Amino acid sequence: MSTALVPLALLMGLVTYPWRTIPLLVPGMQRLPPRVQLYLRLVGPSVLAALAAVNVMVVLDPQRRASFHVGVEWPAVALCLALVAWRRNLFVGLIAAAALVGVARALGLA
Amino acid sequence: MTAPDAATQLRQSRRQVVLDSIGIAVSSGGFGFVFGLTARAAGYSPVEAGAMSLIVFAGASQFAAIGYVLGGFSWLGIVVLTAFLNARHFLYGAALAPFLADRPRPLRAVMAHLLTDEAFAISIAHFRRLGRADLTGYFIAAIGSTFVPWNLMTLLGVTVGGSIPDPSRFGLDVIFPAAMGGLAVGLIAGRRELVAAIVGAFAAVGISLAWDPAAGIIAGGLLGPIVGMVAPVGGVAGAGVGLDRRAMVGPPD
Repeated sequence: MSTALVPLALLMGLVTYPWRTIPLLVPGMQRLPPRVQLYLRLVGPSVLAALAAVNVMVVLDPQRRASFHVGVEWPAVALCLALVAWRRNLFVGLIAAAALVGVARALGLA
Repeated sequence: MTAPDAATQLRQSRRQVVLDSIGIAVSSGGFGFVFGLTARAAGYSPVEAGAMSLIVFAGASQFAAIGYVLGGFSWLGIVVLTAFLNARHFLYGAALAPFLADRPRPLRAVMAHLLTDEAFAISIAHFRRLGRADLTGYFIAAIGSTFVPWNLMTLLGVTVGGSIPDPSRFGLDVIFPAAMGGLAVGLIAGRRELVAAIVGAFAAVGISLAWDPAAGIIAGGLLGPIVGMVAPVGGVAGAGVGLDRRAMVGPPD
């Protein structure tokens, strides 16, 4: 069984880990100025919304060229957001979103 | 009505973490499986695919690496692109750090390896509901929602996956963006968070289309809070949009 790519995995892990660990280990992160603390408080909703939006609105071709995407994922994610805001239950929102996309694809609508 | 005591609040919030983790585990397991399948098709052995998921533990860069390996990229190029793709994790660590400052460094070092999009999304909501860190909640989110399903399903995909249907047929590919969006909604407690989320989303899409999705997500995550900070303080107009921390903990009403 080949292990030729294991060193590549190690190198990739070696450049990923510092991004994750440096802010957690640097001293003084709990004594940041209030403006910086406010900024960091807003990072959560901002980056999560960015991840969601890019995942439903942008697709990559095999050459990693990005293009705008419109599809059944839009109403599915919107349905999930509405259910989370209304019922305060992410799990129900996820099931509804997946069901909508699954049914649409089964019916050949997406 | 009185506010729940600390133990009740902790129990309710952990229950929410478990529920959120179950939904996300379906997604991360499904994509771990697809990663295993793709790796198998690209000629990875189970040891190589398993090492990627265990050591790198970052889905987007793992999928990209398959393409780079097939495309004949140099290892140096793959490593540099991996570093770029995963730079957003810095924001996650910075946002969680104030909650974890009093925890032992070796423990934080272990927690860091498990810090993915999903672990961040669930645990930052959990910490904010409680107003403090809860390691049990963090490890439920990090290990239960992603680490175990991603790694197990990678191995399943790369070893026996050929005969199992593509999870996207069942709509599982929409769970990740829906979960990220839903968890963002849960963090919106006022106008500033709402503005940060909207600006972050628009900036991310625009920059993704103009340049690259990895850059778009980082830029959206950086720009959204800047605009959010200059927004006037206030609640969110309209019922049901702004979820306060306590409301997210309790059962549906």
